[in-house]
Amino acid sequence: MELVAAAALGKFIGAGLAAIGSGAAAIGVGAVAGNFLAGALRNPSAAGSQTATLFIGLAFAEALGIFSFLVALLLMFAV
Amino acid sequence: MATEAHSEGGLAFHPLDQFKIHPLFGEGPIQWYTPTNVTLWMALAVICIIALFVIGTRGRAVIPTRVQSVAELAYGFIYRMVEDVTGHDGVKYFPYIFTVFLFILFSNFLGLIPGSFTPTSHIAVTAILGFGVFIAVTVLGFVLNGAHFLGLFWMKDAPLVLRPIIAVIELISYFVRPVSHSIRLAGNIMAGHAVMKVFAAFAPMILISTIGVVVTPVSVLAITAIYGLEVLVAFIQAYVFTILTCVYLKDALHPGH
Repeated sequence: MELVAAAALGKFIGAGLAAIGSGAAAIGVGAVAGNFLAGALRNPSAAGSQTATLFIGLAFAEALGIFSFLVALLLMFAV
Repeated sequence: MATEAHSEGGLAFHPLDQFKIHPLFGEGPIQWYTPTNVTLWMALAVICIIALFVIGTRGRAVIPTRVQSVAELAYGFIYRMVEDVTGHDGVKYFPYIFTVFLFILFSNFLGLIPGSFTPTSHIAVTAILGFGVFIAVTVLGFVLNGAHFLGLFWMKDAPLVLRPIIAVIELISYFVRPVSHSIRLAGNIMAGHAVMKVFAAFAPMILISTIGVVVTPVSVLAITAIYGLEVLVAFIQAYVFTILTCVYLKDALHPGH
């Protein structure tokens, strides 16, 4: 019985720990956007052609955060 | 103070219940042919696309009407993106990319209507789109380039000692592509809708607790702000899905670069 209770508790602790990954992804997305802005302000004429690269970078950084969100969801509802 | 003790019972909410699939007519098991809320909203997205692009541009006016100019704007936007990212060879595959973009965009936007359902919030739907792109691009790469397509994994510029290690890493990252491609879209949409539902559950707290005087206005404002963000996310995720499709297509067309 205690094992079941510990497993139920650990599920939520694990989901909470997985949420740290979302914060880490937020740092990554912020780094991408901030560096893009820093570069764009130095050379505004080149910024327009690089927005596609910006979004690709954002998407890659964000995907890993979404993975951690998925792990949290799996722990909460699937395990 | 006494009312706060009861507030726990009143706050029972299920933010993920909005993603439940149920048959449109009656109850019972869901077969592959059963019309469900997913098929309904997917069909509505397709109908909206047809309405915009077939009926909206029927006039073919030189000076476009409002509806026609929206259609032309979307067409030109994606056409330029395909041309920029994949080059002139990629324009051949523009119809497929444009179809994928429109389907995701309209599913996302229709899902923002309160009480509606978002097909793209389900990994099953986005996985079909993601794996469709993956398989199409892989087959295309081998058909067009033959064995040269494997040069994508065998870096000519890297030192010889590192090449096998890089090849393994590249191979893994290549096969993770469809997974991340589809989960990114579904995860973003699902997370956004769940957040809105969580704040929506806090909104009626004024009815059950004195602390609600503070919580309710804050959460109503938060829903408004997050809804605006979600409109942006709905477009950006469709854009990101499409541009990554273009990037993968470029790898298939020119594996050397």
